[in-house]
Amino acid sequence: MAVIRDVMPVFELYQPASIDDAIKLLDKHGADALVLAGGLDSMDWLKDRLKKPKAVVDLGQIKELKGIKEVNGGIEIGAMTPLTEVVKHPVVREKFSLLMEAAELVASPQIRNQGTLGGNVSQDTRCWYYRGGWTCYRAGGNICYADTPTSVNREHAIFEADRCVAVNPSDTAPALVALDASMVIRGPKGERVIPAEEYWIGPGIDITRMNVLQPNELLTAIRIPSTMAGAQFYFEKVRDRQVWDFPLVNVASAMVVSGDKIDKIRLVVNAVAATPHRLKNVETAIIGKARSEETADMAGKMAVDGAQTLRHNAYKVPLMRNLVKRAIRGGTGQTWTS
Amino acid sequence: MADTKLVGQNYTTPDLVAKVTGKAKYAEDYRIEGMLFAKLLVSPHPHAKVRRLDTSAALAMPGVKAILTADDMPGAAVGATLGEGVQASAQAERGLTNEPLYQGEPILAVAAVDELTAALAIEAIVIEFEALPFVVDPIESLRPGGPNARTQGNVWMRPTAPPAAPGARGPANSAAGASAAAAAQVPAGAPAAAGAAGAGRAAAADAPARPGAGAPGASGAAPAAAAGAAAGAAAGAAPGAAARGRGGRGAAAGAPAPPQIAVWKWTDEDFASAGPNQMPMGKATDEWVFGNIDEGFKKADLVLDETFMTQSTGHQPLETRTAMAYWQNGKLFLHGSTQSTVQTVAAVARWTGLTPDKVVIISEYTGGGFGSKIPGAISMAIPALLSKKANAPVMMRITREDEHFIGRARPGILARVKLGMRKDGRITAIDMYAICDNGPYDAQGDGRSAGTTISLAYQPETMRWRGLTVLTNTPPKTSQRAPGGAQGIGLFEPILSKAAKKLGLDQVAVRRINAPAGHAPFGPALPNGKQAYVTSAFVKEALDKGHELFQWDVKKASYSGKKQGTLARGIGVAVSPYSGGSIGFDGLFIIKPDGRITFQSGIGNHGTHSAFDVHRQAAEMLGVAWEQCDVVFGSTAKNLPWTCISAGSQTAHAMTRAAHAAATDAIKKLQEIAAKAHGGKPEAYKVAGGKVSGPGGSMTLAQAAQKAIEYGGKFDGHELPEDINNFTKTSAKNLVGQGLMGVGKDAYPRDGQSQSFVVGFAEVEVDTETGVVKVIDYTAIADVGTVLNPRGLKGQLFGGSMLGLGHARTQRWAYDQHYGVALARRFYQNKPPTILDAPMSFTGEAVGIPDPETPTGIRGVGEPPVGAAYGAIMNAIADAVGDEIFRKAPVSLDIILAALDNGGQRTHEALTAHV
Repeated sequence: MAVIRDVMPVFELYQPASIDDAIKLLDKHGADALVLAGGLDSMDWLKDRLKKPKAVVDLGQIKELKGIKEVNGGIEIGAMTPLTEVVKHPVVREKFSLLMEAAELVASPQIRNQGTLGGNVSQDTRCWYYRGGWTCYRAGGNICYADTPTSVNREHAIFEADRCVAVNPSDTAPALVALDASMVIRGPKGERVIPAEEYWIGPGIDITRMNVLQPNELLTAIRIPSTMAGAQFYFEKVRDRQVWDFPLVNVASAMVVSGDKIDKIRLVVNAVAATPHRLKNVETAIIGKARSEETADMAGKMAVDGAQTLRHNAYKVPLMRNLVKRAIRGGTGQTWTS
Repeated sequence: MADTKLVGQNYTTPDLVAKVTGKAKYAEDYRIEGMLFAKLLVSPHPHAKVRRLDTSAALAMPGVKAILTADDMPGAAVGATLGEGVQASAQAERGLTNEPLYQGEPILAVAAVDELTAALAIEAIVIEFEALPFVVDPIESLRPGGPNARTQGNVWMRPTAPPAAPGARGPANSAAGASAAAAAQVPAGAPAAAGAAGAGRAAAADAPARPGAGAPGASGAAPAAAAGAAAGAAAGAAPGAAARGRGGRGAAAGAPAPPQIAVWKWTDEDFASAGPNQMPMGKATDEWVFGNIDEGFKKADLVLDETFMTQSTGHQPLETRTAMAYWQNGKLFLHGSTQSTVQTVAAVARWTGLTPDKVVIISEYTGGGFGSKIPGAISMAIPALLSKKANAPVMMRITREDEHFIGRARPGILARVKLGMRKDGRITAIDMYAICDNGPYDAQGDGRSAGTTISLAYQPETMRWRGLTVLTNTPPKTSQRAPGGAQGIGLFEPILSKAAKKLGLDQVAVRRINAPAGHAPFGPALPNGKQAYVTSAFVKEALDKGHELFQWDVKKASYSGKKQGTLARGIGVAVSPYSGGSIGFDGLFIIKPDGRITFQSGIGNHGTHSAFDVHRQAAEMLGVAWEQCDVVFGSTAKNLPWTCISAGSQTAHAMTRAAHAAATDAIKKLQEIAAKAHGGKPEAYKVAGGKVSGPGGSMTLAQAAQKAIEYGGKFDGHELPEDINNFTKTSAKNLVGQGLMGVGKDAYPRDGQSQSFVVGFAEVEVDTETGVVKVIDYTAIADVGTVLNPRGLKGQLFGGSMLGLGHARTQRWAYDQHYGVALARRFYQNKPPTILDAPMSFTGEAVGIPDPETPTGIRGVGEPPVGAAYGAIMNAIADAVGDEIFRKAPVSLDIILAALDNGGQRTHEALTAHV
């Protein structure tokens, strides 16, 4: 049978008005359903006819999934809150500006208006073999096309590859891990709350999924505790184009400094592995040290220890090393005045 | 400029409000009762043959009306001119195929009541392929035993040299081509090289063209210019210019032999003799030379030998090549997306097997083409023929995915350049070898025109060019904004900068000492030992102006190669020529009895304003207010004059000349009418301020128009000038008796080929820890003659610079070499630049010196900005972080960072295309 792309297939569209109704629908349709948030990821799959779900469950009508509220000095962000609203929210800007910076660097203004925070953290990988419809491991096959002697894999992983070398492309995910966020997940059996770090899973655990969500589960909210409120933040995203581009590498750090010593730090890099890559060993090594060029250097070097490169992505090693260094040091140093 | 009211002044084009309010109708916006929708079944393989095709289940589906296959398409129009120097062979593209030559090539199309039904029908079609050998990287194809992109072979042979055109002085330099042809193993069964004695195609076709546009083969482009009046006249004449338009008039009698494909391999020794990341140089199919390069290199104080690769880039117009067709009374009406209006008729006629009189093209608005829609697109034939088959209107919307495959691309060029430079910076010798990644279809001239463009930009004392045009199983290539020229400047500029730096010379001074001036020569030596030359060049003036505006000396002292924190700054300059105008077309307008003037415009409306701008030349000469003028455009049913293709930066030059001719005709008629009515000699009357006045009195143009109708004859178009093109005659006859007709052919003399120049100055900041490049400041100075529309000029300079910026920094294709299929099929993957990547400060100015070889002084501007930005930005990056960082484009941040991490020495693969 011949193949055709770029024409959306037929599906049943459901627009439930409550989380419970959405869960019921997902439970009923199981693997035949596709969850639609902002659509920036889902529409691609649909238009390519690579996913032909029987049911599409659009979360756009569920009011309880939208909005940001203050909870115990922290905030809870509904999963369907558009990125633009996250960026604009006064508490996010005041206390958790790391998330503001990350969210503001996602894609383009139009995409941030449409795209949601829950969607941004739950999006699928952008490996162009996988998304081109190649039947790779992640698509249920038995080969990784991105890791052969002729593969073009400039965007791919340098850490934690396990058959699949795809990376997580989210900008907000590392910021949320750095902010010690937790994810609120609802399923037929009720709600569970897990640390953000445990939300994403690598290919070693399940090669076909990027996160822990079961087909009948929804990410309903993201909670950011007060732990890192007002800490010293650093976010940087390196990309080819200054708008509408995924990260080649991004870095997020939240740091508490007393005197000149680093008291507390959470340091996360993304687009280097299938999950946001928290650098716990670096954090441990630099706690208690001065926030200095030397510490930054050491952090950078430690961060890339053990990196394994592919044919076209060796640059990610100095890039990640330097970004981690900058996260500790805080920027580019001197700049031109004109 | 000071005394003009229209030429050189800003204004609002009449199409603008519709564009910004969304009222403008593009091809996709039309709906007709009973209209069907078409979808394409495309090849998943880079090269294969269809072995089994069963469409019965699809045809049995409700709502499915017809299926069009390759068997329904007319055969290739062998010998037809396909555009800027490209000639159709027996292997030419036909729109649909049973032997796909690239992934994404259309095999059949289904027409159904809606797109979803058509898509489901395609999924119900049983199709089986036999996979065939393929190659996406030209170098791999040249290896001993390497795969061939086509069953016939892997390179385009330069056709045997045509004899001289009448009036030309003997045959073109053909030795290299002829000997190369003899050495090639032309497979048995390939069509014989018929017509070797045909007329010099290039001489007739390419004179208005890009330097060396004549593909592998046309040494004739140059002879035409130098061959004196006869050849020159032929070159500029409408048939020649028409032939440049893809489609032209099909296979004219006396056309030269179509090019042929051969099997062409280098030896193991050829490959072994090249150093690491150095381009091997086995035998070439094509070569030209002027002067003695050995002597040239002897005079050099510095000799560099460098390899550089420029990438292939998709054209990616925002409007895809959607088309809608229906038939009425045996005529095809086609709503399409095309750069040209008049020139699209013949192309569509050829693609559909019709005669041009049966084709009506409607295209009021086109969302960009950049060379990929010069006369529309071959895919237009699909809805046209499906509509006939289904007996209903058919709309074929081309999706972005389809567009990435069938939407054309610029050929990448892999080149090795040996450069000889004297201590003072003068270039004594260039020895260049270029491999053009041609894609699977007809021979592109980019490799060759890269060489001639370099020879023009830097005026080397001696030069040899050698080349190969290698077939690959990648999307079809075609001219993209400065075809060959942009790649030539892109690959040469970083090498030139490195040489200047080694000799401790100022980069602007080096370009100045080598700058073309006056009738600057370029390209191969002709049989008389001389080269072709340009109409004029004011590159030194452009360099001086930019030097000052950009504050080159200040920036050099403050920034060049300096670093603050992790941020290194650098500056760069580049010189970029490209074709600037053709000749021989017609102007046509009517002064009506109500005093309004209606200009008939056959120019495509693809975003350049030229469809309107050029008529201001005539309005200026008539001394009328622009508010009195109407422009008729956008449909070939509207009686349009013979018009150039909207490509090759020709229009502003060609069609202001035509407007000048028509206005001159009208002024003469007005004078005669006034003299008839008021007495006295016609030449005693003046046309100005909306009146024709003289010793006997004056009358308004409205009154004169009324008189013209009364007098009849030539005045209202009953009698037409002998020399205008036939196409114009037909149109003019339909407009007879409506008022005073201004009609004329551009028969003005021209000595040399019209070439325009842009000098680019760039300042960049490179973050040495991330490789991120910011373009801080960019200045483009244009030597384009008199400025017709200042706002339009700036738009062209900015847009062309952005394309060059994209080439320098991010834009590319990506192919998996093993599977031969495209990876970067979305904008976010192939990365054309965004508005946030634009220079933080942009200046666009013109030198403003009129071209002395055209009565309006105007040359075109569209193309040369591309190479200027491409070269200048790469040069600035090298100035900031070192000139051993890269030898390929785009210079993406990974290349910069990996090299900086490697002590400033590049690590990228220099020879592999599309990665």
